This record gives sequence, C-alpha cells and structure tokens, in this order.
Amino acid sequence: MTRPGGLPGLGGRGTRRNLLLIALLCAVMIPLPLVLPPAQQAVAVRVLIFALMGLGWNLMSGFGGMFSFGHAAYFGIGAYTGAWLLVERGVSPWIGMLAGAALAAAFGLLIGFLSFRYKLRGAYFALATFAFAEMLRLIATNSDLVNRAQGYNVPLIQGSSLWMLQFPLGSPGYFWVALALVAAAVAVTWLFLRSRAGRFTIAVRDDETAAESLGVSAMRYKLLTMALSAAITSVAGAFYVQYYMFVDPDLAFGANVSIQAILPAVIGGVGTLWGPVVGAVVLGPLSDVTATLLRNPPEALSMLAGRAGLDVMLYAALLIVMVLALPKGLYGTLAERRRG
Amino acid sequence: MTVLEVNDVRKAFRGLHAVDGVSFTVERGAILGVIGPNGAGKTTLFDLIGGTLRPDAGRVVLDGRDVTGSPAHRVARAGLARTFQLMRPFASMTVRENVCVAALTRDRAGADERADAVIARVGLEPWRDTRAGELPTAGRKRLELARALATRPHVLLLDEVLSGLVPAEREPLLELLTGLRDAEGLTLVLIEHIMAAVMRLSDRVLVLDQGRVLATGTPEEVTRDPRVIEVYLGEERFDDG
Repeated sequence: MTRPGGLPGLGGRGTRRNLLLIALLCAVMIPLPLVLPPAQQAVAVRVLIFALMGLGWNLMSGFGGMFSFGHAAYFGIGAYTGAWLLVERGVSPWIGMLAGAALAAAFGLLIGFLSFRYKLRGAYFALATFAFAEMLRLIATNSDLVNRAQGYNVPLIQGSSLWMLQFPLGSPGYFWVALALVAAAVAVTWLFLRSRAGRFTIAVRDDETAAESLGVSAMRYKLLTMALSAAITSVAGAFYVQYYMFVDPDLAFGANVSIQAILPAVIGGVGTLWGPVVGAVVLGPLSDVTATLLRNPPEALSMLAGRAGLDVMLYAALLIVMVLALPKGLYGTLAERRRG
Repeated sequence: MTVLEVNDVRKAFRGLHAVDGVSFTVERGAILGVIGPNGAGKTTLFDLIGGTLRPDAGRVVLDGRDVTGSPAHRVARAGLARTFQLMRPFASMTVRENVCVAALTRDRAGADERADAVIARVGLEPWRDTRAGELPTAGRKRLELARALATRPHVLLLDEVLSGLVPAEREPLLELLTGLRDAEGLTLVLIEHIMAAVMRLSDRVLVLDQGRVLATGTPEEVTRDPRVIEVYLGEERFDDG
C-alpha cells in the first residue's frame, strides 16, 4: 500500500521527490559563482550560511516544537571550536567542524535535559535557551582560553586548500563548500523526517501526552532533536569563521545570531523541509537591496537619500509585511495551497 | 489470571480527593465497565493507571509487573493502551500517519500494513488521508481507538469512545471490541456513559462516586444496588442509548 515516491504515513513531508529536488538545485547552483560578480557572490554565501542556521533551528523549533531563542549558543560553539583548534592547534577546519558539532550537540543535550527536567515550556523554555547563549557569550568574553573579547583571526595560508578550507578572494570554493553543507543539512532533515525518530518527534510536538501514552518517550526524542539541531547550526558557525576569517564573542554568541537562525524559517515556513532555504534566499539579499535602494534612491524618492538607518527600517517593515501576508511563510503557504 | 491489579490507589489535587482508595482486579480477557456520575474520578483513575499522573499512594500491577508511578511511555510499552475522552489527535498528521506512529512504537517491520488493517477495522478508511485536525468528533473517537489498537495492547482502557457515535456506528465497534477479546484475549476497561452499551459489554461493572468504589459486581447486581440507583437518580442515565 506504499504510495508512489514515499513511505506511507508521511504525507508530503518525506517523499523521494525532495531528494531529487536537492540534487537538481545543486546542479543548477554549482555554476552560479562563476557568473556572479564578486559582491553578489558574497551575498550568495551569506544566503547559504543563513539557510544552514535556519535548517538547524527549524529542526528543533519547527519540527520539534521547542522554540529556541538561543541558537547562538550552538553557532558560537561551532565557530569557537573550529577557530580555537585551527589557531591554537593547527587542526583542519573540517575536524574542527566535527568537534564543534559534537560539542554543540552535547551542550544541546545539557540545556534540553535541564529545561525538560524542570518542565520549562513555551516562553520560559525560549528564555532559558537565550540565557544559556548569553552565558556562553559572557564566558567567551571573559576567558583567557579563547582570547577574551578579541576573538580569533584565521591565519592566512598560501594559495588555496580545501583541507584547510581556505580559498583566494573571489574563488568559488567557499560557495561550493557552503552549498554542499546546505545540501547535506536538507538531506539530513529529510532523512530525519522519514525516520521513526522523526515521526515520533512530530507526534510529541503535536501532543506530548498522547505520544507518551502510545509508548513514545517524549524526553528522549526531544533531546535527540535538540542535539541534531545544535550540530547543524554549529556547522554554520564553523563555516562562518572560515569565510569571514574572524570571530569574536558577539559575532558568535550575540542575540542577533539567534534571531538570524529564527528568521529564515519564519519567513520561509516553520516546520517545512524547504522553508528555511526559501527564507534565506529572500532574506540574504534583502538587507543589501534596501541599503542600495536607499543609498541611490530612484528620482521619485530622492528626498530619502543619505538618511541613515532608513534601510534598516525598510528591511524591518518588509519583514513585518511578509509575516502578516504569509503567516505560514513563503514555502509553507504555497505548500498549504497545493495540498488544498 | 489477573492482568491488571489496582490496589488502594489515591490521588488528591489541592486537598480534593479525586481518587480516594480505589482497588479492583481484572482477569485476562474480561471486560470491566467503569461508571459513575461526572466528577467521580473515572478519568483520573485512568490517568493513574496509565502513568499520565503519578498516584499519591497505592499500587498498579500490570501483568505481574509493578508499574506504579512509571512514566506513561513505559506503561504503554508494558502492554497497556488507552484512549482519551478529550481526544488528542496528532493534528498535523493524517489519520494514517497517526496510526502509523502508534504501530511504529512496537515494530518497524510491517507498521504500515498493521496501521492500514486497524484503520479498516475501526471504519476510518474514508478518512485515511484526512488530516486528523480536520476530523469530526466521531472520527477522532475512532482515531483514538485505532491508535490504541495499533500498539497491540494486552489491556485497553477506553474513555468514552462510544459517546461521539450515533447508535448505528456503535454496533460495529462493539463487535470489534468483543471480537478482539474473544480472538486475542484482549482485556478491556471502559468508562462509558451509554449504559446500554456498558451493561451489554461488561462482565463486571465498577461504580465510582466521589473518588471511591460505590459498588462492584455483574451488571445485574449493580443495577439493582440501591446505592447505585440513588447516585444515578438525578441523572437517569440508565435509559440512555
């Protein structure tokens, strides 16, 4: 009784079409950096970093239903683990990425265990995640182990090395690596949704009491989802350091990082496979578009030229309009319509 | 053989004794009806047995294993399934996905086939691909039952599954339940307001009032009991259904 193209009992969430779509999108995107001007290429890489953070957040908060306001904790752990291992020990960023993912997952388990042990829910849970991220920011700012507020500069190497994850300025290498990471994150999410663990996680999100009464340990699947979410987000942090070649406590653990992890999913569609990617594609260029628009406004709007802060206001206004017009996100709304 | 033993179980909420020293046993393959006026503690009793609530005192023994105070998922794995009076569907999933989750808690292999079989048995096939959040009440009642059955329980606690159904819909479910009892030795404990169904289905009936056992016995004994008649006098529920 298997429906073509998917496991039964999965609805549209985990069909094989999605795997095809990942491959197809990758194929289309690979030549992109070869045709984009360098400035746009930087935007494209930023879009991919956003997408990776959003995919991580969406797993825990979208599919797991545990609203996190502290994903900076995992992003920062990924960023600092990679930076520390590279700068202090000369370890390849790839190894740093794996180590960071393991540490972030462990930290996610710790936060999760404590929060659920003391039955924090909803806004209280969100505040607890925020507090843990702030705690890490303060520790990093005050700890000699990680250079206090100075943070780390990634040492430059000669030429280009995939193993050391460093490419010359304007090389398409960064884009390709980020693209591969995002594709992997979408694939992991897809596999998770198809798995027994993924379905139990969504059951717990929909109704914890009912899931428990069927034999599903809510604690176990919540923790698992948090760990996976933390690991994915930490990879974004590790890559971020390699790309921008610098990290400090605010860039890694600041509250705006947590918001950046939330926005792609909210704009694209919370709890949908493609939502964070779609959201990142919209959000990544948006701040540039508003800045450019207001720096060189068209004739009719010339009175706006040179007013500082207007671009941020426009950016914020556009976000509000999007959330109001499409409460389930761009992708979420479209998927809903198609389903009828 | 005793499958479920509940011994002097108690639960108070802020001084209110919701369940106040309830004891009973159920034999394998038996059907026990639990009746009582609103607020008698019937659903709380189910919460205590199923592990949704932790009893203040007393013991719950399932298949010879003490499961008192175990979390609900452990009790479920030990072979006890329950339905909720206030239905708790996984609203974002289809009917089939709901039942699949339940089937998957037991076995990966063949979970979809088992889910489909259960869906057919409880008459949910027309709604198989409907999202559970969009089901009408009667459909949700059946979904509760379908999910519970998909876990292949030894003991099934049913909290008013028949109430949302019109009489014509009840009959096939009653037959299904007695069929499962006869064929697989399923043990049933059911809370029900529809007296005709309780009296027909149950081997024994437990009457609760204000958290205590008012009477137990065969349906005939219980309906003749003057205390039971007194409790029900204002409600006149014996004529229902």
